[in-house]
Amino acid sequence: MLKYVLKRVSLLIPTLIGVATLVFAMVALSPGDPARVMLGERANKAQLEKLRSELGLDRPLIEQYGIYMKNMAQFDFGESIKTGRKVSEEIKELYPATIELAFFAMLFATTLGIIIGVLSATRRNTWIDYTSMVGALFGVSMPVFWLALVLMMIFSVGLNWFPTGGRINIRYYFEAITNFYILDTLIYWVRDGDPKFLISSLKHMILPAVALGTIPLAIIARVTRSSMLEVLKQDYVKTARSAGIAEKRVVYRYALKNALLPVVTIIGLQFGLLLSGAILTETIFAWPGIGKWIYKAIEARDYPAVQGGVLVIATSFVLINLVVDILYSIVNPKIRLQ
Amino acid sequence: MKKAFNVLLIFLLAFTVFAGGQQDAGQAEVEAAEESTEGPQSGGVLVFGRGGDSVGLDPARETDGESFYATTQIFDNLVEFKNGTTEIQPALAKSWDISDDNLTFTFHLVEDATFHDGTPFNAEAVVFSLGRQLWEDHPYYDLGPWKYWGYMDMSNIVEDIVAVDEYTVRIDLQKVEAPFLANLAMDFAAMVSPTAVEKYGEDFKSNPVGTGPFKFVSWQKDSNIVLEKNENYWRRPAYLDRLILQVIPDPTARYLALQKGEIDVLDFPSPEDIEDMKADPDIKVIQQPGLNVGYLAMNTQKEPFDDKRVRQAFNYAINKDEIIEAVFGSAGTPAKNPLPPTMWSYNDSIEPYPYDPAKAKELLAEAGYPDGFETDLWAMPVARPYFPDGRKVAEIMQAQLKEIGVEAEIVSYDWGTYLDRTDSGEHETALLGWTGDNGDPDNFLFVLLSAAAAEVPAGNIAFWKDEEFNELIIEAKETFDRERRTELYMEAQEVFHEEAPWVPVAHSIVSEPMQPNVMNFKLSPVGKRVFYSVWLDQ
Repeated sequence: MLKYVLKRVSLLIPTLIGVATLVFAMVALSPGDPARVMLGERANKAQLEKLRSELGLDRPLIEQYGIYMKNMAQFDFGESIKTGRKVSEEIKELYPATIELAFFAMLFATTLGIIIGVLSATRRNTWIDYTSMVGALFGVSMPVFWLALVLMMIFSVGLNWFPTGGRINIRYYFEAITNFYILDTLIYWVRDGDPKFLISSLKHMILPAVALGTIPLAIIARVTRSSMLEVLKQDYVKTARSAGIAEKRVVYRYALKNALLPVVTIIGLQFGLLLSGAILTETIFAWPGIGKWIYKAIEARDYPAVQGGVLVIATSFVLINLVVDILYSIVNPKIRLQ
Repeated sequence: MKKAFNVLLIFLLAFTVFAGGQQDAGQAEVEAAEESTEGPQSGGVLVFGRGGDSVGLDPARETDGESFYATTQIFDNLVEFKNGTTEIQPALAKSWDISDDNLTFTFHLVEDATFHDGTPFNAEAVVFSLGRQLWEDHPYYDLGPWKYWGYMDMSNIVEDIVAVDEYTVRIDLQKVEAPFLANLAMDFAAMVSPTAVEKYGEDFKSNPVGTGPFKFVSWQKDSNIVLEKNENYWRRPAYLDRLILQVIPDPTARYLALQKGEIDVLDFPSPEDIEDMKADPDIKVIQQPGLNVGYLAMNTQKEPFDDKRVRQAFNYAINKDEIIEAVFGSAGTPAKNPLPPTMWSYNDSIEPYPYDPAKAKELLAEAGYPDGFETDLWAMPVARPYFPDGRKVAEIMQAQLKEIGVEAEIVSYDWGTYLDRTDSGEHETALLGWTGDNGDPDNFLFVLLSAAAAEVPAGNIAFWKDEEFNELIIEAKETFDRERRTELYMEAQEVFHEEAPWVPVAHSIVSEPMQPNVMNFKLSPVGKRVFYSVWLDQ
């Protein structure tokens, strides 16, 4: 087991070097001069040249690559061209928001997805099955920005249950500690005995998490259903049933456990995707996350920010997959042997 | 099965309880208040909902409006624009003298101003704030690039800055430059606390300290900037206790937040929502033409645009109303001059070229192109205030030009490349625009149309070098008398109209929707949002 983990971890380094190189190549080969984009309509020649040399853009590409890899190895992403602040500092402020949102979206998607998947598998070809699967199809194909706006119109403007956006009531005196707001507001609660911050941050979390979690929810429900159907056909299930074990016990104790194996993989992959793919949800719900930040950095040709951001997300993705693979090998010993 | 249902039920229940449970304290129901007859009231928190975050909070370092929205509240200048106008009035300089040769300005400073960190405001602070941008050997010069200082060409205007005594500063100029005083009212010329710059260095841009009516409290990246009333302000303190600049990127979400009362003032509404907002009795909308112009520049150095008749033909061929209806909705107004209508010396007596394709064809025939010709039409890839959708503008123009036999091929690049190539003159015709900086006509006519600005990289992308026009605007640049300058600029606009280096297309209209109880909010022609005198009717 340890050997397997070590092997997987050692593969991490070449993967990350590959990712870093790819990111550099993408940025270096894409058209557009960041100095020009930064200075806009008003730039003059002297300003342009000065900025280019400050940014190191006048050096040979291979030299730029060398400097870049050296800095990456030290987790030094440099300074954002646009804001002049350390890229790592900006990521530290924004990434927790995205992680937190992705986590709650996955919590919603996983809980509901598995329930729906199991229900439709055990009630195959009934109205429950049809409704859930049509719903899942709908969920997969729904444009996120549209869903987000509809949720906002119904639940925050119409019913007035939730705020329209942000992470916490704007008018509260609140200063983040870790930038994981749910955690921070929990600390506030413990420290000051006032739960209003926690309640507010949870209320701000629900609509974005539902909007972001809908597609993973639909995918998880479908995978759970098909995997469950597969397992329910197995001989040991038949044996269990014929031994007179209660159906509920058969489904939840024996079948579900095995059926969840592919679902775990999907959950890992989806979680990784949400870390980078939450741009639309972040934009509509005014959620200060990393997705929109990277998008803007690309627009502004803010190379250090793009490189730092993509690398951090790619690393998270790889790490999540590593954890999933290790979990998988714990659940299913066959993997370790291969 | 039943168990699963229970889980689902509990989940849904938890959901509803949570949601309905507790109303956030701050989200008080908004009442449609009538215009108050009483005087200003102090107190309250105002939330300003805007589309993007500030880049940085050192006003000399930044160039984007979102940054200035915050810094304008935190910093003061020697002189300032009178709220809602482009007129200059005293601020930290209570008065000033100009020498007879117009080359020396002596500023007399107010004596009771202090920075938020307790540092006294004096002549040394003035020399520090401007000197760090002027002198390359200044210890804090490297905190730049001082982009706006460069844009306004200040290093070629200012000779020296000297502290004469504790409260007197002298600025010597290299040349006579009438717009100089207006430049000093711009954000980049704000007075910063020397102690704070020394203390924070690079991080001053995240820890701004000025003398302004609001103090900086906190900045949560891409989310909000919180400012607090400066009780020790050297003038009457602000009315608001706190001002929060909240980022809500999506315009529809911003509108919903305004309807719910989560924000008090909405910046940059989506053009298609403006009519609805105006019809809503719970929303007050303030409108004003922006200090900008969007235009089609014709490269006068290239055939056939070296012929005035061809350029005039384009002016007749393009139907601005159609463009405005399709692209701006109610957020734009047709342009006839290079200056926007809110600018002093705007020449309103000029008759715009009417939409007249027959006349255009006639002119083309006269110029030797009875069957038209082929050309290019460069379209901006990004949305700017003066052209919310450059591509769409180009497509409409393309169709309109086709009617007079001109086949225009649309060309577009990414924004940086686009600017690079147009300002080196690769285009025959190109769309571009400008937003005014200092409320001075020179900032449009000289920057965009002078012969000096036709050097690569050119601000004058029509590469138009008209002698008469240049004489007029240079004389105006060196004249301090506002009346005389007005005459000169009026005449310059007539030359422009006749020579037609551009098709001036549109000026955008700025709309600012807000809660009806937000009082005394004035839109600024130079694009500022000033909250010093704003109060809430409670």
